[in-house]
Amino acid sequence: MMISAQNYGDKMKEYHYTGPVEHKFSPYAFNGGTVLAVAGDDFAIVASDTRLSEGYAIHSRDSPKCYKLTDTTVLGCSGFHGDCLTLTKIIEARLKMYKHSNNKSMTSGAIAAMLSTILYGRRFFPYYVYNIIGGLDEEGRGAVYSFDPVGSYQRDSYKAGGSASAMLQPLLDNQIGFKNMEKVEQVPLSLEKAEQLIKDVFISAAERDVYTGDALKLCIVTKEGIREEIMPLRKD
Amino acid sequence: MALQDVCGLQEPPLFSQWTAPLSHFFMPENTSHLNGGWSHGEDCSSWMPRGGGMSPLEFYMPVAEYLTESPLRFGQTNLISSSTNLLTVDHLRPSLPSISLPTLTPCSISPGVPLPFTLSHGTTTLGFAFQGGVIAAADTRSSCKGLVACPSSPKILPIHSHLVGTTSGTSADCALWKRILARELRLYQLRHRRRLSTGGAAKLLSHMLHPFKGTELCVAATLCGWDGETGEDEVTERYANTQASEKKNINTQREASNSRSQSEVSSGATTQPITGDDKNAMSVASRDATKNYSSVVLSRVSGPRVVYVCSDGLCLQGKLFSVGSGSPYAYSILDSSVYWGMSVEEATLVAREAVYRATHMDAYSGNNVDLYHVTAKGWRRRQREDLKEEYYKEKERERKSVEERKTEETMMVK
Repeated sequence: MMISAQNYGDKMKEYHYTGPVEHKFSPYAFNGGTVLAVAGDDFAIVASDTRLSEGYAIHSRDSPKCYKLTDTTVLGCSGFHGDCLTLTKIIEARLKMYKHSNNKSMTSGAIAAMLSTILYGRRFFPYYVYNIIGGLDEEGRGAVYSFDPVGSYQRDSYKAGGSASAMLQPLLDNQIGFKNMEKVEQVPLSLEKAEQLIKDVFISAAERDVYTGDALKLCIVTKEGIREEIMPLRKD
Repeated sequence: MALQDVCGLQEPPLFSQWTAPLSHFFMPENTSHLNGGWSHGEDCSSWMPRGGGMSPLEFYMPVAEYLTESPLRFGQTNLISSSTNLLTVDHLRPSLPSISLPTLTPCSISPGVPLPFTLSHGTTTLGFAFQGGVIAAADTRSSCKGLVACPSSPKILPIHSHLVGTTSGTSADCALWKRILARELRLYQLRHRRRLSTGGAAKLLSHMLHPFKGTELCVAATLCGWDGETGEDEVTERYANTQASEKKNINTQREASNSRSQSEVSSGATTQPITGDDKNAMSVASRDATKNYSSVVLSRVSGPRVVYVCSDGLCLQGKLFSVGSGSPYAYSILDSSVYWGMSVEEATLVAREAVYRATHMDAYSGNNVDLYHVTAKGWRRRQREDLKEEYYKEKERERKSVEERKTEETMMVK
């Protein structure tokens, strides 16, 4: 989520003396990063940048935010890295438990519902993570599920989350959803077009968002499996 | 056990004190309340899984405990391992799965951790009852401070075949509590072999939300449903049994009414309120364990019902409700146009118009409109409509009428 102007102002105040201020310990930190997922007729793509930052510092240039859950599902999490790590650990453990007791892998829809309850279990001390799940549903069609930090979710065709989400989402609305365009032919999205679009979109995000950059990692989910691709972005 | 704790998978344990970390601190009160002192007995205990946890997902009516604890404690979190902190900590939220992990550093946080993000709010929803059923309508915009988080979020969630609920407030809270309500209603239906009425569902929801009063949970739902009126064998039998247990002077009338009951029963479905004779007749019939009164109809209150439930604990029944930031604008349309005898088409148009006007004036409402119509047969969903088009259509209509008026004037002048 883009930091609103007010938060930005507060952040600036941290670096200028404004009088005696009480500093409380905050259990949260914002580590930046952007995640994006697009669903097509028989594919889904989850993409994220790989920069891990905190305030003015960059902790790592190689910290991707996509996590492979099953052969047909990829999870992208951005926000507070500590919560991302714990959340993925918990999800992976729950997936194993499900596999052992039910003798099959969880489907994308089931993972989404489970993640919603995991997140809501911490309603009063939430995981500061913006999740997007991309994968194939039982019929082989692409599915994207987007979450808010407390577990509200729904199925979409495309969604951007993280620090540059407010910049990317309108662009996706226009290019993939054909919103706000008159007299345009609505062709379904092909895999090549989606890949190219995502690369372009992240290049734009890296230009305008300081927390996005370094490299782009794409996880392309098709019925053949999950293919990964890395593309460099601006490093400044 | 450790793995399950990490994952937050709370199976209700056989013995409640096993998994709740600080539970043995409470043990004296716990056992007495759960076992002995609780007077409502069976009904509540069937709803109380004996988990020690109080995460929102475990539907646990912590009736005894919450009376002694301040509800503000729900906002507090204690990531303190159980062994070290019995003496110093007198308040807790024992549900967090992370509590039993000894590796977390102790850190106690003041009430309500300040969140670095906002949750979705702002909406227009409405529901009203009329002779043809209940109409529930809502916009579909989900906003987070200034950003539209989702332009097509479903705000009317069906709970069961004859009940839909509109959601307003934090969307995660609403979605989850609706799920919990649906689960509990389904369990009720399976246990008691009939659907719970709308009023009953509202009461259930408000009781479930009450322990969280004072926390930042924000749910404002309008439950719109049609209460069952078709006769069911088990229904009459059950109702009759309760009547039988209450009435003590049945015996004298038994013989006289027996023959009457059989003829009444076979005469067909009726929807009148139960009179004293009927009650006796039915209790007698149930005693006889005959099941040939399939056509006897129970009429408690049945028909369309709208009840508003809020996380403050408010539970109001009425004919018309509108909730959300756009509700004042919706009320102005609804109050002037809704009346009991309206037809289904009229009602649909009015609801649509109300949402449209509200989205026009309110910044936090917008995008599309969802409309559900609940009748005795169940709910039906109208196709989601984009209100942007409506705006242009209206402009077009206005423009045409202005033009027509102009041509009329020029004609008259001539």
